Amino acid sequence: MITALLILIPFLGGLAALAIGGKTARIIAIAASIITLGLAKYAVWTFDSQAGKQFATNLPWIKSLGVNFHVGMDGISILLVVLTAFLVPIILISVKENTYSNPALFYGLTLIMESALIGVFTAYDAFLFYVFWELALIPIYFICMLFGGEGRFRITLKFFVYTLAGSLLMLIGIIYLRQINPEGSFEISSFYKITLSGSQQSWLFWLFLIAFAIKMPIFPFHTWQPDTYTNAPAQGTMLLGGIMSKMGVYGLIRFIIPLFPSALHEWGNVVIVLSIIGIVYGSLMAWVQTDIKRLIAYSSFAHIGLIAAGVLANNQQGMDGAMVQMIAHGINAVGLFLIVDYIERTSGTRLISALGGIRTIAPVVATLFLLILLGSVGLPLTNGFVGEYLLLTGIFQFKAGAALFAGLTMILGAVYMLNVYQKTMLGNSGTASAIFADVKGSDLYLLALVAGLVIISGIFPTFITNISGPAVEMLLK
Amino acid sequence: MTNLSWLIPVLPLLGFLLIALFAKSLPKTLVGLIASGTVLGSFIIAVSIFLQNDGTAHTVKLFDWISSGKLHIPFAFLIDPLSLVMLLVVTGVGFLIHVYSVGYMSHDERFAQFMSYLNLFVFFMLLLVMGNNYIVMFTGWEGVGLCSYLLIGFWFKNTDYNNAAKKAFIMNRIGDLGFILGVLLIWVTFGSVNYSEVFSGAEGFTKGDKVITAITFLLFIGAMGKSAQIPLYTWLPDAMAGPTPVSALIHAATMVTAGVYMIARSNILYTLSPDTLNFVLFIGLGTAIFAATIGLFQNDIKKVLAYSTVSQLGFMFIALGTGAYTAGVFHLMTHAFFKALLFLGAGSVIHAMSGEQDIKNMGGLRKHLPITYIVFLLATVAISGIPPFSGFFSKDEILAHLYAHSPVLWGFALLASMLTAFYMFRLFFLTFWGGFRGTKHQLEHLHESPLVMTAPLMVLAVLSVLGGFLNVPEIFGGNLALKNFLSPVFEASELRSFDPHIGHQTEIMLMAIAVGMAGISIFLAYSRYVANNEVPSGDEKEMSWLEKLVFNKYYVDEAYDAAIVKPLNWISRKSEIFIEKQLIDGTVEGSANFTLHLGGLLRQLQTGHIGFYLIAMVLAVVAIFGYTVLF
Repeated sequence: MITALLILIPFLGGLAALAIGGKTARIIAIAASIITLGLAKYAVWTFDSQAGKQFATNLPWIKSLGVNFHVGMDGISILLVVLTAFLVPIILISVKENTYSNPALFYGLTLIMESALIGVFTAYDAFLFYVFWELALIPIYFICMLFGGEGRFRITLKFFVYTLAGSLLMLIGIIYLRQINPEGSFEISSFYKITLSGSQQSWLFWLFLIAFAIKMPIFPFHTWQPDTYTNAPAQGTMLLGGIMSKMGVYGLIRFIIPLFPSALHEWGNVVIVLSIIGIVYGSLMAWVQTDIKRLIAYSSFAHIGLIAAGVLANNQQGMDGAMVQMIAHGINAVGLFLIVDYIERTSGTRLISALGGIRTIAPVVATLFLLILLGSVGLPLTNGFVGEYLLLTGIFQFKAGAALFAGLTMILGAVYMLNVYQKTMLGNSGTASAIFADVKGSDLYLLALVAGLVIISGIFPTFITNISGPAVEMLLK
Repeated sequence: MTNLSWLIPVLPLLGFLLIALFAKSLPKTLVGLIASGTVLGSFIIAVSIFLQNDGTAHTVKLFDWISSGKLHIPFAFLIDPLSLVMLLVVTGVGFLIHVYSVGYMSHDERFAQFMSYLNLFVFFMLLLVMGNNYIVMFTGWEGVGLCSYLLIGFWFKNTDYNNAAKKAFIMNRIGDLGFILGVLLIWVTFGSVNYSEVFSGAEGFTKGDKVITAITFLLFIGAMGKSAQIPLYTWLPDAMAGPTPVSALIHAATMVTAGVYMIARSNILYTLSPDTLNFVLFIGLGTAIFAATIGLFQNDIKKVLAYSTVSQLGFMFIALGTGAYTAGVFHLMTHAFFKALLFLGAGSVIHAMSGEQDIKNMGGLRKHLPITYIVFLLATVAISGIPPFSGFFSKDEILAHLYAHSPVLWGFALLASMLTAFYMFRLFFLTFWGGFRGTKHQLEHLHESPLVMTAPLMVLAVLSVLGGFLNVPEIFGGNLALKNFLSPVFEASELRSFDPHIGHQTEIMLMAIAVGMAGISIFLAYSRYVANNEVPSGDEKEMSWLEKLVFNKYYVDEAYDAAIVKPLNWISRKSEIFIEKQLIDGTVEGSANFTLHLGGLLRQLQTGHIGFYLIAMVLAVVAIFGYTVLF
């Protein structure tokens, strides 16, 4: 029941914000997102990590096709739901009065997207999963299309068509599995029981994988990502990088790992190699960017590569690491994009060469940036370290050499992050940063909250692994 | 008392938080008191635990930190003789440097921030030496790297300083990747990262085992970064951009010795891997000589000390490489005393010289800075290996072990030791003797530092002079106190490695040679820089190619830049255009255009003629019918 409410509340909140509009929309939206967060927190509170799937609702939907509205949460789902429910209020609160020409529309779309995202993470019916998967794309498409930067039509259309094309491949896979399913349903857990031949597994593996690879994205399916992240409005980028990139990883965990073990054995190393290429390649791309937002976009891409490789290593530590790192990445990505947004709003530019010396003028924002950056480069006692370490442990067990290359993220991450930190925050004042002012009000509280979480979840990551661990264990059986 | 050991790192952490959060509302004196007081508190606790320790190891567990499947990493501390020695050095020397900093940094507008960073550093350094497993060690390991980054770039308006800070962090990270891979292999091999389980698990391995060799080698890559050994040493000389107390605390006495501590801690693993030990020995010896030659030609007072540090760290690795773990830790300790003293003395000089660091512009300072002069002399004598100063005992022990290992290598180490005595006295004479070569303005401002700075100098001077008596060898009727104290940690390794016993006569002879050589070096330095009043010109035109090569530090920085940084940047920029935009995105857009084109072709079938559609339909029906019948 709770799961269904978690989907319903933001959806209704979104509709209400759209219908009522005006200044009340913000209040409605924030209220709805905070109620959702409260409910998610309650769900975690009462969650029994040893008991598998909980809070389920299973209603017949399209009986003739065997489609059910079946939602619920296991340890993997609930963590991503909490992440989503936690990030959305931050994203909503970070909206400024004059950010959007039509704020009510933005608020409404974001809440509908939240609803769809929670749906993706909790659906236990493959058809329903697909519906939520596509439903999540529509609001972000409009957010980018209506409120994005220059050249948004072309970029957003490419993003839309690219990810849609990928998902259609997945849809073919889902329908095929339904057709050969002796139980005649779309129930994901019943898919697990189907015996698939080696060749069936292989092509199904690729159908699903390409859909997820585009969504995360994994190298070389990533070229929509830097453009879209850079072009989207600040909050759109946070939704994309903070939450939406986790959909693909979740797909890997929910479908690829349990459904296609022999294909994973055969092809998994190819995808791991691609993911690791993405880590190195994305880091190098980040290093040479001139636009700070684009730099963070590439860094996000590099980090996702590590998560994907860890999942595909297909062991407890890799999978736990992926859960920890997805949460860390969500928090840190939102934090970094908040910083980027603050810099752009205050100085009027995102060009690294025009910035510099901000720490002299705005020491607080510089300190908060540094803390979040440390999480991003994985310094111990920050959230990034725990995830990175567990992921590398997972990858190392798959192949030691793979861990060596994946571990390059430790070096390269420091290279581009310290480089951008130095060029924007340290040294002498740049042409654009002379007019800078330090953070205060809601900007300060949000950033401080994010920075605090970077540290706290780095010290007590067992909060995450205690929940994800048993679920992963069940999955790997 | 051991139960209170968790307070040792927590006190400086509290100091950091207090100062960092309330920097604006706290008066300077209070900031100084909090920062120094917390470290003093840690020192007092460490001393009282030390006094009660009977050589046994205690584990103090705080909480479960990381847990996944069979992987369990507690946040726990280990109190044993080795960590106690390190604790005393870190908190003791650390406290003195905090006190000194209160004077040295008092005029800086960001004084509070500086003191808070120092406290944070001590916190991480204490985690490093107190952890009961490799991941807590790694936490300290990376944390001190962060503090080093923050403190090297403390004056963050200066781009050179920022570059130095960034370079330090990144070079350390290169080493850290090796370290973490080593830890991963440890976990895969032993199923734990806790020292106790790893070391007891290692008993089942034979000497020369490939896995152990890989582990020790990977861990040592981390040590090469942190302890500035070839090829990852170039960050340390640049790190002198930080305020001088930082150089003393982080880049001489504590952080850079982390690699030595790590190997000493892992002695059981290293003893099982003679190949890695040999590698450690050669890297240490190479670094000791290489850095010493560069030290001969440096004219920046801090740069000379920096290369000297690199060289002395090389000596510590020589000790470890021969399996003489106690000797390594012993030299770590005496070096912490005399090198911290040298740096703080240099700070006192720089302070008096209104920020001047070039020894070409100094000279004759003994009249103006009497206390600094005396303590600096004592430290210089100590590092040169003159008995009975501390450096003599620790270096002698290393040389004796090396001689037993290989007389040829001993010869090389002796050379490095001679060079040390020469460049140190060159520095000393050029700074304190002769006539003053600075500006009139500087001369007028010359003054001895206040007591808050000189008092720590005097304490360190006493330690530099007497520190050697902690481990007096048997031939002098000593009782090897440090060796005995540390024996519970190194016992198992010493059983497995051969005992390099050299006769007493040989030992005396080796000492005489070493001391004699140092004496000759000092004499050469005296005749050149005092008797002949020579002052290095620093002008490259007058140098031979060899001098030029050494003066420019063998162009290693330039080589790294040309061989790694620039090509990688070039590749990245070109990849963005050719691979990212044209190849990958070009393919994506190309396939979209192809679909569009295909659609255009298919559209031509939509002619609008009903007749064409009918014919097409009939043909299709026939085709389908034929297909089902035939197959």
